[in-house]
Amino acid sequence: MSKELNLTLQVWRQDGPEDSGHFETYQAESISEDMSFLELLDIINEDLVENGQVPIEFDHDCREGICGSCSLMINGQAHGHAKATTTCQLHMRKFDDGDTIVVEPFRARAFPVVRDLVVDRSSFDRIIEAGGYISVNTGAASDANLTPVPKEAADTSFDAAACIGCGACVAACPNSAAQLFTSAKLAHLNLIPQGQAQRFQRTENMVETMESFFGSCTNHGECHEACPKEISLDFIAFMNRDYVKAKVKNRKLAGQK
Amino acid sequence: MTVLDSKIPEGPIADKWENHKFSMKLVNPNNKRRFEIIVVGTGLAGASAAASLSELGYRVKVFTFHDSPRRAHSIAAQGGINGAKNYTNDGDSVHRLFYDTVKGGDYRSREANVHRLAEVSVNIIDQAAAQGVPFAREYGGLLDNRSFGGAQVSRTFYARGQTGQQLLLGAYQALAKQVATGAVELHTRTELLDVVLKDGRACGIVTRDLVSGEISSHSGHAVVLATGGYGNVYYLSTNAMACNVTAAWRAHRKGAFFANPCYTQIHPTCIPASDEFQSKLTLMSESLRNDGRIWVPDAFDDGRTPDQIPEAERDYYLERKYPAFGNLVPRDVASRNAKTVVDQGKGVGTLKNGVYLDFAAAIERDGEDVVRAKYGNLFDMYANITGENPYQVPMRIYPAIHYTMGGVWVDYNLMTTIPGCYSIGEANFSDHGANRLGASALMQGLADGYFVLPYTIGDDLAGRLGETVVPTDDPVFVEAEAAVQGQVDQFMSIGGTRSVDWFHRELGKIVWDYIGMERTKEGLEKALSEIPALEEEFWKDLRLPGSTATLNSSLEKAGRVADFFELAKLMARDALDREESCGGHFRAEHQTEEGEAQRDDDNFAHVAAWEWNGADSVQTRHEEELVFENVALTQRSYK
Repeated sequence: MSKELNLTLQVWRQDGPEDSGHFETYQAESISEDMSFLELLDIINEDLVENGQVPIEFDHDCREGICGSCSLMINGQAHGHAKATTTCQLHMRKFDDGDTIVVEPFRARAFPVVRDLVVDRSSFDRIIEAGGYISVNTGAASDANLTPVPKEAADTSFDAAACIGCGACVAACPNSAAQLFTSAKLAHLNLIPQGQAQRFQRTENMVETMESFFGSCTNHGECHEACPKEISLDFIAFMNRDYVKAKVKNRKLAGQK
Repeated sequence: MTVLDSKIPEGPIADKWENHKFSMKLVNPNNKRRFEIIVVGTGLAGASAAASLSELGYRVKVFTFHDSPRRAHSIAAQGGINGAKNYTNDGDSVHRLFYDTVKGGDYRSREANVHRLAEVSVNIIDQAAAQGVPFAREYGGLLDNRSFGGAQVSRTFYARGQTGQQLLLGAYQALAKQVATGAVELHTRTELLDVVLKDGRACGIVTRDLVSGEISSHSGHAVVLATGGYGNVYYLSTNAMACNVTAAWRAHRKGAFFANPCYTQIHPTCIPASDEFQSKLTLMSESLRNDGRIWVPDAFDDGRTPDQIPEAERDYYLERKYPAFGNLVPRDVASRNAKTVVDQGKGVGTLKNGVYLDFAAAIERDGEDVVRAKYGNLFDMYANITGENPYQVPMRIYPAIHYTMGGVWVDYNLMTTIPGCYSIGEANFSDHGANRLGASALMQGLADGYFVLPYTIGDDLAGRLGETVVPTDDPVFVEAEAAVQGQVDQFMSIGGTRSVDWFHRELGKIVWDYIGMERTKEGLEKALSEIPALEEEFWKDLRLPGSTATLNSSLEKAGRVADFFELAKLMARDALDREESCGGHFRAEHQTEEGEAQRDDDNFAHVAAWEWNGADSVQTRHEEELVFENVALTQRSYK
């Protein structure tokens, strides 16, 4: 028989972007330790519906830690206190009987609250649209093995590409900066041969789009600590180097001395 | 006499697609911008189609109920994608991939579609690699391959255990590139609630903005449904929570035939449920079967821990029964065998609801580092969910519903029986027959989106140059919007006592028990009496708190569950009428002496496609004969 927990939850409720929002307190009893954090919220919602109250809205989908939909600040930490874990993969065995748990949405000016715990992260899509791709139209590709990719480059590129776009890095950052997300997306493409033609244009455009939404990086490293995929801070350094190079090279490419 | 015209081109199998491409009409590059195409769904199929159509010059409007096009459940596919590249020099070819897929589908798919799929599989790998998808590489920098269930060659390309994620990001980035140029209009958090027809042809859709609740219409020259499968009819599945049948079902109600709904796939390697509050089941990639050995104790109700059970007292039942394929038999065979041993009382774990998947031999042979490099993230995921360390203790696995081969009927051009309405990816029924092989879902979604639909859609549009789209204030849109609004209001006014999740869970239990891994006449008849009773209860006793003018996920789910009820009935009917066993459809009455699926090719070598006759009548069953000219129908054997 697995352990059962009795918990007190303080959950942020907010009707919409214009509402000022407030905390509500809920009791959760006999919670199985095998349950995930989102299943705990499911149970609270079932109770709310049973009592004719409006359930808590929260983003979630795959519940396998890969889609990047789920979010939440749990006791002030993005995706909770467990290392390298999304909220959907945070199991209740990580909590103790009698705990009080504070649940809030990701907080950042670039992530406005839609309702309750749901925030709008579409600013991330704007960063990708600014250059987070390789321009190869369908059908234009040559045989895949014509372009060898050194294994080390492929592996490091993959480490960056593992980013799930959840936004925990922004939520954890005291400046609400998006350097970890942006640098991961950039490094994924800038590290491999296929990405070289657009490397510096991509870098300048993505970084500057990022800056139009998000705060500045002051090297706290909280983003890496919160990242469920443990994206390395090295990518931020890589992005900064590429950005400096881009400012020079893009002007040379444009014929300016 | 069938009303279904599959439009399969004439000629030898290897020339059909090539000839068809030449014979199809083209839309001049400058005229493409005069056509508007609606794409619903942004998984692999939808995102790749939207990007490719837009690159060709069509004006594209794309819709997703997610907050971003990067979230669709394609992202969770772990294992890999097949491509007939033969980079490994082990005898693969387009014809072999075609053959394996037809055979794997238990001879219930269209030869012509499958051959086309195998042909374009090589282009998909090229396209994805060029987009920067970080496939696994050898030290020389070239692409690595591995083998997968149902195949004896290594043709599966993979990106650690996150192949679906990386391919979807590739398609999403291609789409983002087009959104940035203004060529694609992107609508997020917007759900399709109806397909609209004018004079018998699809002219647009009605959607609900999930944030504001606003119901609106969008018109186009063609509508493409790339909205995934219906596995969540079982409630517990490996699908994401929001996966649903609604877009496909609403199209069905407007005239799109729904084909082979009883073909559902149970995935053999999932983590067994731990309690009844579980909201979903987690899949472990089938690629684990490459190195893991599946076994149960010989003894019934063996209470010992796995390390206490000596080799001689273990039953490696797949290796014993199927020496040639061993642990790599196709999914349906692996799943049913797991059910058999668990039903016999040899199940493992506290709830006795699993079998072991053991990596001890692989770790001893290759070392823990090699195993970690191949499957590290899967092992971590397992450890996190179960609290057990799979490097030391064998994993426990059990089958769960994973994929649905049935779906909207489409012809060779991927057009549904509604002219102008297409269906691609898992949403259609086309390529997998009665059973899908591993690493083929990603292949089919991207084949449809990148390399099939962009060709076939032009053939129909070319003749429509100069036709303007139906304005959204046309009575057909006004009526459809009113009907959608009517259903929303109806849900809100029931004022019952039960949550939508409660109804979904109860429905899921019926579907799993009677239309799951093993079906019987008696069980299916029971399902057909229990589902309508629960459905009636749903419409009387549903409670939906909240407002229609804000984000209200209970309201979203209510519409999806209402459609699942209707689908579940059709699944039962389809399963009842198909008096044979094939692939994922196993009728206990039809099995060989050895307990294998017994097909009836004389009477059932056809697609069953169902026509909607209104909410109060049963659908009409139509048949599309399947002709096998290139692959001989044999009893599938993996021994």
